[in-house]
Amino acid sequence: MEYALVFVTLAIIFGLYMTWGVGANDVANAMGTSVGSGAITVRRAILIAAIFEFTGAVLAGGHVTSTIRTGIIDAAALPTPEILVWGMLASLLAAGLWLMFASYFGWPVSTTHTIVGSLIGFGIVGAGVDAVEWRQVASIVASWIISPLLGGAIAFVLTLSVRRFILDAESPLEAAKLYGPVYVFLMGVLIALITLFKGLAHLNLTLTNSETAGVALVVGAIVGLAGRSLIRRIHVDPAAEKDFHYAGVERVFAPLCVFTACSMAFAHGSNDVANGIGPLAAVLSIVNTGQVGQTSAVPLWILMLGGGGIVLGLATMGYRVMKTIGSKITELTPSRGFCAEIAAATTVVVASRLGLPVSTTHIIVGAVLGVGLARGIAAIDLRVIAGIVMSWLVTLPIGATLAAFFYFFFKGVFS
Amino acid sequence: MKTTSPLASLFGKSPFRPMQEHMRIVERCVLELPPAFEALRRNDMDEVRARRDAVSALEHEADELKNRIRSGLPATFLMPVGRSDLLDLLTTQDAIAGAAQDAVNTAGLGKLRVPSAMDGQIMPFVERVVEAVTRCRTAIDTLDELVETGFRGREANAVLEIVVEIDAIESDTDRRGMELVRTLVDQEAELGAVAIMFWYHLIRSLGTIADEAENVGDRLRLLLAR
Repeated sequence: MEYALVFVTLAIIFGLYMTWGVGANDVANAMGTSVGSGAITVRRAILIAAIFEFTGAVLAGGHVTSTIRTGIIDAAALPTPEILVWGMLASLLAAGLWLMFASYFGWPVSTTHTIVGSLIGFGIVGAGVDAVEWRQVASIVASWIISPLLGGAIAFVLTLSVRRFILDAESPLEAAKLYGPVYVFLMGVLIALITLFKGLAHLNLTLTNSETAGVALVVGAIVGLAGRSLIRRIHVDPAAEKDFHYAGVERVFAPLCVFTACSMAFAHGSNDVANGIGPLAAVLSIVNTGQVGQTSAVPLWILMLGGGGIVLGLATMGYRVMKTIGSKITELTPSRGFCAEIAAATTVVVASRLGLPVSTTHIIVGAVLGVGLARGIAAIDLRVIAGIVMSWLVTLPIGATLAAFFYFFFKGVFS
Repeated sequence: MKTTSPLASLFGKSPFRPMQEHMRIVERCVLELPPAFEALRRNDMDEVRARRDAVSALEHEADELKNRIRSGLPATFLMPVGRSDLLDLLTTQDAIAGAAQDAVNTAGLGKLRVPSAMDGQIMPFVERVVEAVTRCRTAIDTLDELVETGFRGREANAVLEIVVEIDAIESDTDRRGMELVRTLVDQEAELGAVAIMFWYHLIRSLGTIADEAENVGDRLRLLLAR
């Protein structure tokens, strides 16, 4: 293919820029709840994020990446493979610029929505309305509505159960020490199950159902036992307890939030890495094979590149952004952050496994609202919801228009 | 630094700790009453006026905090309890301070002497009124715990017990207030109509403090019943 090297270079630069942006800005949304509740320090959050965003991207990032790469635009409908290359580059550039613009003005836009909007926009002008897989688009858009609701519903139930089994127990502190690790265990089993179940083909790992269950139980047991040993030595501070009877309980939840933060980072990495490397993977496979029909799994090194981009974003900007966001949500207590994060992480991991690109930020907002509806949070400002819906309605058409524009730009330059 | 995160604007400032702070100021207001009335019995008007000024300053402080809490509660807040229920509770807390100020202002007019027939009754009455408010403060002090438990369960039951106590104390102050009024009426010839009128107003204001304390309890019941 002509200009192959140029395409690949541009795709890597744009793709890395997107994942860098995910690391710099979006990770803070996923982990801000842990930082804000005081459960973990910013520094520790960055460290956790670096490890688990990368792990999530590499182990479970392939499904959503495939959706972005081949699921939204029907490659078979394209007359020449170049169209898809220009389009993917245009989508990355459009999304990158729009996100840069929006974050300059402080608008809450979602990376996921931007890239999906861009793909649709280029698809319509580059390959015609019929080339867009509207059924797939419809299920993605549906998942944007369903996923925050699901996160909220899980968080609602978790909040009620924590209240029932821990806060309203005879001795809330002892109950927290007893049941806290159980929640962590269940979360570990669930996330491992969803991730492992026929999900590691790209690592040449095919586990039988019983092996999957076994590994999941082991993962759950490890985090559960680790949680238990972390909270065993927590004692009540009589002075703090006098001022607030549940100070000790909250101190038990704080170390447990380390585990929920890890799963948030894992979940986020598994879903959001695709925003940057999905288009990159598409460009690379077309350039390599000269064909648009792509059925092979996403190469591992691309997932690692994406994970690396996220870590780069964290290392350069993550600290500052995480600190800012953490400082805005100090009203959240560890027990509530715990419920919200388990709910959000589980929901995101399910979406990742199903190959649905969702907004982690919207899901964590949904989960926090779920906790609030269970009368768990002193005050939630519902104005945020309007902002989210607005950013939705604005982001899709703008992403689409920009991508269409850049598509013609690349087409003009390279043909 | 600007942030694009919806999470950053998701959490409103909790009104519950400030509500507790408000109730503490109101209690400090009412705690000025026993020394003020002791001073009135001694006919130490300088001391009475000093206490009156202290109450006035505290009432003002409570009022300002009340306004700050109110303006920090937009209608878009989702809270574990209804916004208007919470605002009613705040207004009622504030009314206690208002009644205390009314009582101590009347006492500080400088026209009143404690008649000997009432001397044994007045302090127990004041102490009982103060007790109603102190129990109120204890109940309001659990607001942060109630938020933690979602206004249900053990913590809620403990608060309801305090509310029942406040009711009982209020009934007792009613009874004591009526007795004081009866004693007062018997003193008509000795005191004169004007003093009777002021004393009656004073006793009523003290009773109002206990009434408002009971109302605070009732508002709390409402928060717990939802």
